[in-house]
Amino acid sequence: MENALISNIQRFSTKDGPGIRTTVFFKGCPLRCKWCHNPETHISDEEIMYNRENCTLCGRCVAACPEGAVKIENNTVITDTKKCTHCKKCTDECYYNAREISGKGMTYGEICDAISRDVAFYSESGGGVTFSGGECLMFPDLLKKLLQYCKAMRIHTAVDTSGFSGWESLEKIIPFTDLFLYDIKAFSSSLHERITGVPNTLIWENLEKLCRTGANVNLRLPVIEGCNADLEDIEKTAEKCKGFGIKKVNILPYHDMGKYKYTKLGRDYDSNSMSTPSDEKLEKIKEIFKKYSFADIKIGG
Amino acid sequence: MRGYTERTKKLREMSVSTDPALSIERAVLMTEAYKKYEGSVDIPVLRALAFKEYMEQKTLVINEGELIVGEKGHNLQCAPSFPELCCHTIEDMEVMDARELISFSVTEEDKRLQAEKVIPYWEKRSIRHKIMQSTSEEWKACYAAGMFTEFMEQRGPGHTGAGNAIYKKGFSDFKKDIDARLARLDFVNDVTAYDKKAELEAMKIACDGIIAFGRRYSEYALKLAEGETDPQRKADLLLISENCKQVPEFAPKTFHQALQMYWFVHIGVTSEVNPWDAFTPGRLDQHLYPFYKKEVEEGTMDYDKARELLECFWIKFNNQPAPPKVGITLKESGTYTDFCNMNTGGITEDGRDGVNPVSYIILDTMDEMKLLQPSSNVQISKKTPDAFLLRACEISRKGWGQPAFYNTEAIIQELLNAGKTIEDARHGCSTGCVETGCLGKENYALTGYFNIPKVLEITLNNGFDNYTGKQIGLKTGNAEDYKCFEELYDAFLKQMHHFLDIKIAGNNIIEEIYAKYMPVPFLSIIMEDCIEKAVDYNAGGARYNTYYIQGVGIGTITDALSAISYNVFDKKNFTMAELCEALKADFEGFDRIYNLVTNKTPKYGNDDDYADSIMKRVFDSYCDYVTGRPTIKGGQYRIDMLPTTCHVYFGEVCGALPNGRRAQKPMSEGISPEKGADVNGPTAVIKSCSKMDHLKTGGTLLNQKFTPAVVAGEDGLKNMASLIRTYFALDGHHIQFNVIDRATLIEAQKHPEEYKDLIVRVAGYSDHFRNLSRALQDEIINRTEQSFS
Repeated sequence: MENALISNIQRFSTKDGPGIRTTVFFKGCPLRCKWCHNPETHISDEEIMYNRENCTLCGRCVAACPEGAVKIENNTVITDTKKCTHCKKCTDECYYNAREISGKGMTYGEICDAISRDVAFYSESGGGVTFSGGECLMFPDLLKKLLQYCKAMRIHTAVDTSGFSGWESLEKIIPFTDLFLYDIKAFSSSLHERITGVPNTLIWENLEKLCRTGANVNLRLPVIEGCNADLEDIEKTAEKCKGFGIKKVNILPYHDMGKYKYTKLGRDYDSNSMSTPSDEKLEKIKEIFKKYSFADIKIGG
Repeated sequence: MRGYTERTKKLREMSVSTDPALSIERAVLMTEAYKKYEGSVDIPVLRALAFKEYMEQKTLVINEGELIVGEKGHNLQCAPSFPELCCHTIEDMEVMDARELISFSVTEEDKRLQAEKVIPYWEKRSIRHKIMQSTSEEWKACYAAGMFTEFMEQRGPGHTGAGNAIYKKGFSDFKKDIDARLARLDFVNDVTAYDKKAELEAMKIACDGIIAFGRRYSEYALKLAEGETDPQRKADLLLISENCKQVPEFAPKTFHQALQMYWFVHIGVTSEVNPWDAFTPGRLDQHLYPFYKKEVEEGTMDYDKARELLECFWIKFNNQPAPPKVGITLKESGTYTDFCNMNTGGITEDGRDGVNPVSYIILDTMDEMKLLQPSSNVQISKKTPDAFLLRACEISRKGWGQPAFYNTEAIIQELLNAGKTIEDARHGCSTGCVETGCLGKENYALTGYFNIPKVLEITLNNGFDNYTGKQIGLKTGNAEDYKCFEELYDAFLKQMHHFLDIKIAGNNIIEEIYAKYMPVPFLSIIMEDCIEKAVDYNAGGARYNTYYIQGVGIGTITDALSAISYNVFDKKNFTMAELCEALKADFEGFDRIYNLVTNKTPKYGNDDDYADSIMKRVFDSYCDYVTGRPTIKGGQYRIDMLPTTCHVYFGEVCGALPNGRRAQKPMSEGISPEKGADVNGPTAVIKSCSKMDHLKTGGTLLNQKFTPAVVAGEDGLKNMASLIRTYFALDGHHIQFNVIDRATLIEAQKHPEEYKDLIVRVAGYSDHFRNLSRALQDEIINRTEQSFS
């Protein structure tokens, strides 16, 4: 069975579908959304995350690295990602939790064990398991097996996806997925490409096909002022989705709580060009969807 | 100002703005009565006569506007002292007056009376003195070392509540029952008939005492009514007078009289001695509902009226600070709260859903009153309607810790396991903090906390206690010689048994001292089977008798043993000798070991089977060694897992532990994980906690702290309810919530004057944040804030 790299299995997760849930974050994503608050899920490989706040600059990591990839410069520790082989010697030697490895290779069995632990809470709260990422559809075979496992256990399943995958991958999980949390980031493909790195033709095609199968789809709209908060573009999205039979729309206002993770990964984050949309704007967006007769529209997850 | 009506607004304000003071009146009157009767009558009769004289002479108080009358001291917020149990020195009184926290103002006149009248008589006669005279040297050494505490050193056995007898009978009826029992005494065949006669006569005298107290109030209210010019207040006073003519002499006829009846009983029980946990009406909604229903049908009762009376009733509890404590007892229970704990909801004696209209009015009352006392909590059964649970969650998420949630099915199963009938079990309750008992039928006393993590410290030091500099444990061997974890665990177990044996030997002495010298004939009247057995409550008269020893620090000990097992024996990261060096140095200069044990070791509270199986093992070792042992009263020992404030004190007497807990820092509280050890969220904590067999205990305590965002909105409320339902489905006994963000607590610590009202959940009870010691404040701030992404 294939292994997958998992960045986190979040228990008592309550914003990724109904009730109390466990969310499995797969590591690896074809998109690079500018605002992404889970940058550790971009690359499907282990990565060093460095927390300067915990670091005492003791130099133990530098000494531990067999590749000479770690050095101290300007009062901070710098890791050469090209040289780093993720041997974990530096994280083992770090006494202060300043260096951690993001990403853990997990087998089907290990993931099954993790998601089974809160079954009692799922059934009491009407919750279940959500597969997210990254892009969980990058691991279609494993995903399908995990969903099947859940179904056999009568666990409610949700798949949180960008929709950017081959139709075959999506199609084969439909029978085992109770709820799709489908992200739409822009109507216009050129805008989409500008802010996520990929065009969205495939995403729209997949959404239409998915809805036609009668799948239970919730639309999730991240709204980032400075990126995709253009009301005209959003109205086009609403108009297009009108006949799709979508049950619920979640308008997700931007927050910068993921910013610190970019620092930990030693990556840049363009925080100046993005901001949280105003409450008035969010209300306006809600009105737009109301206009197109969507019944259940919620601001927030 | 809080209050449903103008009346309760004023009464509440008066209650919360009056500072506690010592009331010397009782000590003086008791001393005089003892001097008059001691030696000329049997001890139960002596106690009863002293009680009666106090009831006949104590100052009467009717506060402006109140509808339910009677104070324990000479005024509201005045706490009487009990020199026959603990005779305070003048120095004690000065400390009491001057100490920053939990102070009681003491006047010069109080000190003069104490010095001239009270001390000379009680100094050598008090129970505290007798305990210190009678217990062994090794008991005293362990007590001084903080291996365990002793509950009965300054307060009498309590932890019980009233059943429903007092709503069906007045004390003139109880007198008839006692007479009938006296008539059946058999001096020919029963060799204990003489003692029984003395006890029954004492009960009769105590009946007369409380009846006299009621009559005095009736007359006093009438006199005040005569001089009252406000027609509304005049009518109130006449009603009070009429109520006090009915109760406690006769059975209550109305909702209002039922409350007054309980209140007189409460004053009686808590004036006779100072039993732990005050006393409680327990299942108040069950007791009041028949009165409420009848009067609603007759058209004389409605929501507003019931609500105002309940608020008046609530304020009465808040008017009574816990008796002044000193020394170690103050450390284990540093609070004004007297732990009167009511359970609303649950099920009825015949097994139906117990939630009734009064239950909802009680929830509204606790929400509005927001008082420390009484502790108002809810019992949730699988039959409890969601509406009730959600309303309780709505109040709880406001952040002051009430109501806490108790699992009805667990309580019943715990009581059944202890040999009680199903009906008695269904009328069970969790009182005090979380301890389980049968209301009106059981003496279920907490006897002291037991410092489980310190047993490991002593084990690693070959029986030597660094805190007192004495060899108090067994010589089980040097830590560095253990070849495997099993050898170490074996030594740990031997030490634990050793200390538990010492604790129980002490208990046996103290239990006998109370049985002999401190009968409580008044309480015995209303505790079922005392009259029939003609035996005092403190000598085994109640139907059931249970002694609890409360285990403290299960989170800390689990992580400490896990740290050794995982690092020393599994991974061989360091040796026992290196670990011992690190502990001696409080981890200073041992960063590697500290890092491994704090950050890279399986810990309890994460649904991690490695750590949780150690928890289970320690719990079973502790539980099985204590449970089922016989007590003097013919009952059984059982265990609880709760700390009050004792985890802070137990931490102070213990050096660094292998899990990275630094010297003198608090132990983990209740069955909650060690602070900061749980990183997988609340469902993982609940899963870990539910691996303990709660049903073998007499109560466990789990604290969960949330930031407000976690339980916000309708979804947050539902998730909170789901967490409770799931924990209870997994047999969890109790869960309570602190919903306050860290920033607010830090602000409150810096500017206590601006946060006078901030109430937080401590451990089975709530307290004003400003009244907590700095260490306890820090500890509450540090408890993991559970949140989710």
